[in-house]
Amino acid sequence: MQYFFYFFALISLVSAAYVVSARSPVNSVIALIICFLSIAGHYILLNAQFLAMVHVIVYTGAIMVLFLFVIMLLNLNTVGGLRKSVATRIAAATSGGLLFLTLVAAVRQGITVAPQVGALDGSVGLVKSVGICLFNDFLLPFEVSSVLFLSAMVGAMMLAKRERPSDLPKPYTGNELVGATPPTMDPSNTQGSR
Amino acid sequence: MEPVISAIQVVPLEHYVFLSFALFSIGVTGVLFRRNTIILIMCLEIMFNSVNLLLAAFSAYHSDPSGQVFVFFIMLVAAAEVTVGLAILVMMKRNVDSVDVNQLNRLKW
Amino acid sequence: MPVLPLVGAIINAALRRSLSGNTSGGFATLMILGSFVVSLLLFMGHDPAAHPVKIVKFFDWINVGGMEIPFAFQIDALSLTMMLIVTGVGSLIHLYSVGYMHDDKRVATFFAMLNLFTFAMLLLVMGANYLITFIGWEGVGLCSYLLIGFWYTNTEFNYAARKAFVMNRIGDVGVVLGMCLLFNLFGTLNYVDIMDRAGSFGTGHGMIVGATLLLFVGAMGKSAQIPLFTWLPDAMAGPTPVSALIHAATMVTAGIFLIVRSSVLFELAPFTKDIILYIGTATALLAASIGLFQNDIKKVLAYSTVSQLGYMFAALGLGAYSAGMFHVTTHAFFKALLFLGAGSVIHALGGEQDIRKMGGLKGVTKITFITFLIGTIAISGLPPLSGFFSKDAILAHAFQDNKVVYGLLLFGAVLTAFYMFRLLFLTFYGTYRGTAHPHESPLVITVPLMVLAALSVVGGMLNVPHIFGGDEGMKTYLATAAEGILSERLGLSHTTEWILMGVSTVLVILTIVYAYGRFVKKTTLDGDPAQLFGLKKLIANKWKLDELYAMLFEKPYGWISAHFFSIGEEKVMVPLMTGVGNMTLRAGKVISRLQTGNTSFYVFGMVAGILVFLLITLFVN
Repeated sequence: MQYFFYFFALISLVSAAYVVSARSPVNSVIALIICFLSIAGHYILLNAQFLAMVHVIVYTGAIMVLFLFVIMLLNLNTVGGLRKSVATRIAAATSGGLLFLTLVAAVRQGITVAPQVGALDGSVGLVKSVGICLFNDFLLPFEVSSVLFLSAMVGAMMLAKRERPSDLPKPYTGNELVGATPPTMDPSNTQGSR
Repeated sequence: MEPVISAIQVVPLEHYVFLSFALFSIGVTGVLFRRNTIILIMCLEIMFNSVNLLLAAFSAYHSDPSGQVFVFFIMLVAAAEVTVGLAILVMMKRNVDSVDVNQLNRLKW
Repeated sequence: MPVLPLVGAIINAALRRSLSGNTSGGFATLMILGSFVVSLLLFMGHDPAAHPVKIVKFFDWINVGGMEIPFAFQIDALSLTMMLIVTGVGSLIHLYSVGYMHDDKRVATFFAMLNLFTFAMLLLVMGANYLITFIGWEGVGLCSYLLIGFWYTNTEFNYAARKAFVMNRIGDVGVVLGMCLLFNLFGTLNYVDIMDRAGSFGTGHGMIVGATLLLFVGAMGKSAQIPLFTWLPDAMAGPTPVSALIHAATMVTAGIFLIVRSSVLFELAPFTKDIILYIGTATALLAASIGLFQNDIKKVLAYSTVSQLGYMFAALGLGAYSAGMFHVTTHAFFKALLFLGAGSVIHALGGEQDIRKMGGLKGVTKITFITFLIGTIAISGLPPLSGFFSKDAILAHAFQDNKVVYGLLLFGAVLTAFYMFRLLFLTFYGTYRGTAHPHESPLVITVPLMVLAALSVVGGMLNVPHIFGGDEGMKTYLATAAEGILSERLGLSHTTEWILMGVSTVLVILTIVYAYGRFVKKTTLDGDPAQLFGLKKLIANKWKLDELYAMLFEKPYGWISAHFFSIGEEKVMVPLMTGVGNMTLRAGKVISRLQTGNTSFYVFGMVAGILVFLLITLFVN
């Protein structure tokens, strides 16, 4: 079984590395899709079936397609071009490597995998048990996340809306009032019209 | 379900930890490396996924479904975040006609 | 009861721009009169035999650790006497000031300050413990400074005021240290408690001697003894009512009051009493000698005040506390009278204060002349006026204890008579040598003069000694308050007393005749101090004491200050302070380079931060 693990691990690492270093954005997207699929494979290895399904449908299916749409619609498929300075890239690579090493060192020092509490249950990961846990313990976050989605949708719409010239505020020229009758002095309205 | 569990137990947990760390570091490097905003967001996704993987592994090894529920929520939030992020990107393209992240340099007093 | 003058002070100060002279003055005088009436009522209700001491406690003031000091007033014979003097003479002087300060622009402020002074003085005499007395002590010092420098546009006056305040302050240090010692020894500052417990200590106890010495240092500053007396002649820069009130009747007697209050303690410290005696006598003689050659009315009176205070301290040094207080009372009467009379003369001549430019005024300012004459006779100690009784009491005690001191004090009395009558003759007799148009002063000035003159005449009745058939009323009255008086005993035979009185009277009369001959018949004026030779020149220059002090204290102090400024301030502090500012600016500039605005730079910063945290966690654990 571990060969499967190493296989999938290798694929995910290589594709992630390619995402980072690809020249064309579309290539990056394809590599990312491959990475996601390998992670889905990992989920299946862990018997997390529900997660694997959701991962493939939501992440790979929806989000990546969205990325591709945006790239294509905005003509972002410039090959090469933008590159940071050499010094920055070296610094970036160093930081990333240092981070990895630090995490590993921290974990090596401290990690002791706690022994299992109770009997192992292989049915964890099935839709049923995930569902039970979700709707019993995490009901409120589940409901609140709908509000989150609502705000995200509204935000995205407002942000991306193309402003037509008729929507922008117009400068005041005073010509609209030409020919109109002046407002009468209404004593009951002395509060001020603003 | 016995063979499944014994199958899972073959791979020790530390391996998953290291894999997750490696993916995370690759994501961080990517964020610092690239100037194209779209690819920046994609590297964020790599980081999210590494964390998801780790959580799922722990959940499987401890027979605790709440770990997977949490992964579910993380995916949820990541989706929302990608939505908004891409909307910002579209705006950026429209305003400065470039997706270079270095063009966003007004964030100082 | 002391609140009344305080109210007057506050209202006068608050409305000072809108009140006219008469309104504010009248109001202030009313306040003081009110206090006087209350004092009288208290006096009459006070039964010395049954309840000698009455303590009125207002609230627990300080209650810290082992130190408990209530805010309380002590009503006993001593405080009542002082209260009557302060409010009585004070109200007369307030009335006088209404006329004297009529044309001044800042009249209301003046009365506010006078009222404030009275308030402080009342606190001083009515306090039931040393701390409240000290509040009043400081308050009168402050008001003295304010009032001396009342005409503050003149720099000389400001110097005089500052000099007075600084010398007072030096004395205050003594009082504070004395209080600390007393508290350390007795655990309380209340008068009654200290007097009760003092009996358990023997004479010559080190701490008591130290405390009494320190209290005397305070009295030296406040009551102008050697070496802290040079401020009083300079304090004549203030308006004359100020000189009358503060420097004749009340503030300068605060030192005497303090010592009489603590008479029990002083009885236990004979060393201190000796010192008081010597310093008092020396002061009496020194001041009298300087007064011989002064040409300003007020300065002569100032030195005479210092001299009389020396007499009082000598009395205290001899243990004759009631004689000292008696002299305080009579001195308040005739010295205030003399000062107010001098003010009247100055007012009549339109501001002239040099007696060489006066003369022949007795026909013009009749009331002033008569009252001034009464005052001069009183101060010279001629019977049957009040000064005679008080001064002779002191001389008698001196004769009993220390013949040398008696001789010196007698000589001082002769000098007193001489210079006072010199003043009188030069001012009022002969022909007018000045250039102004003298006129009599208005009623509001002359009425207080007359009242004080009457008091000077009959004041002696307060404490008539036995040989005249009197019952020494004041002494027995005061003895209920200050137990040190009980040990005051005059053991001379009656014959000796008669002889002493006769000797002093005869000497004084001879002096008067000599002065008359010298100043009226021959009309010689003492020439310029520059033309005098030898000892006379030295005395006329006030024994060069001011110059001595300047050389001893002011010059080195100024040198140190200048050096502190040039080195400490400019070379150390300023670079330090500006350096701190510069450093902050530069650090800010450096750090502001972190704000590039570049998003990827910020992300990089975040990653770096996380890295650092992880590393720290790693290495700490």
